[in-house]
Amino acid sequence: MKISFWLNGVYCHEEVEPGVMLLDFLREKGCASVKRGCETANCGLCTVLMDEKPVLSCSVLAVRADGKKIVTMEGMQREAEEFGSFLAQEGAEQCGFCNPGFIMNVFAMLKEIKEPTEEQIKEYLSGNLCRCSGFVSQTRSILKFLKYKKAQEGAV
Amino acid sequence: MLKIKNYVKAKSLAEAYELNQKKTACILGGMVWLKMSDRTVSTAIDISGLGLDTITETEEEFVIGAMTSLRDLETDSGLERYTKGAVKESLRHIVGVQFRNCATVGGSIFGRFGFSDVLTMFLAMDTWVELYDKGRIPLSEFAQMKKDRDVLVNVIVKKTPLSVCYLSQRNTKTDFPVLTCAVSLVGEEARTVIGARPARPVIVGDEKGILKNFKYLSKEKKKEAAKVFAEYAAEKVKTGSNMRASAEYRTLLVKVLTKRAWEAVGGMTDED
Repeated sequence: MKISFWLNGVYCHEEVEPGVMLLDFLREKGCASVKRGCETANCGLCTVLMDEKPVLSCSVLAVRADGKKIVTMEGMQREAEEFGSFLAQEGAEQCGFCNPGFIMNVFAMLKEIKEPTEEQIKEYLSGNLCRCSGFVSQTRSILKFLKYKKAQEGAV
Repeated sequence: MLKIKNYVKAKSLAEAYELNQKKTACILGGMVWLKMSDRTVSTAIDISGLGLDTITETEEEFVIGAMTSLRDLETDSGLERYTKGAVKESLRHIVGVQFRNCATVGGSIFGRFGFSDVLTMFLAMDTWVELYDKGRIPLSEFAQMKKDRDVLVNVIVKKTPLSVCYLSQRNTKTDFPVLTCAVSLVGEEARTVIGARPARPVIVGDEKGILKNFKYLSKEKKKEAAKVFAEYAAEKVKTGSNMRASAEYRTLLVKVLTKRAWEAVGGMTDED
């Protein structure tokens, strides 16, 4: 089947088999940030943005990307590096396998909720599992990142 | 492992219905459950292009398209206002935001899964389903029906005066529920729904009239009625065991959650 869609801002035309999942398709297209975790729609490692909404690429058929805007972490390098440094500083980055999906969902959250509370952060990110950090350092890094962004905005 | 041979993006409901008459065909919802199955689908029918992903509120009802995501349902201000947050409460524990952006109302309701928070919640309201072939039927009737080859088009919630409370118990956050409980006063009718027993949700009838005129009772009488009905529900609801909980534990939960939920609807606590 032929599909046309935007991948990280680039309009593409591709041929896909009907049963191929978006996760496999994106990895085949070189988006190695999209990780295969549980494959049961539970861990959030495969999170990508589809028309600005976070979805689990392990559960979305690639054909359903037709006409949509797909963003992976490859399309958000600068933002990911900026936030990633906060994760590293807070020791939230251990094995790092969950980071791409986690970072994509953090950006989706910040698009939806400008100034999330700690409670809202925990709730929004409950679908991103991390078996290293216990989420404390991750939450701390988001709160510090928010403070930094607010200070930056105030300085402008 | 799921195998899909052909994929068709339906151009009309008539086409979707026609294609779905073949036993090996399948209408796609959000796919979060379907993709876990081990089956071969001859034709995967995608109805996502038919404009069924919106919630329309009129003076009389909410019309929720079958392809509306659970996340859109959760964040809909009209449903939040009408149910005083109960719909949101029934959804926010389901895995994560990304999952709820994928999963659809149609997939949850048509599947009639035992573990479904959505089905339990919607059974506690004046809910109808609109099927392509059979037309509108009450959800309570649909929930008991065997799965057939019809197409779920919309889920309709009538704006009957409603007081509702939704509670669930999970072994761990984001897991399937061990038990779901929704109680409501739909107009004058007291309704109690218990799901994840682990079988399909059931409506517990008040044959003894324990909750009769519940909203007109004094606080003390309401508390007593909640307690007595909770005991009655625990006796009446058939529970089973699975890897998440035993039947005995579930029966205890029926009693506890039913009592708490009726106390909340009665205004004694603020569970919702």
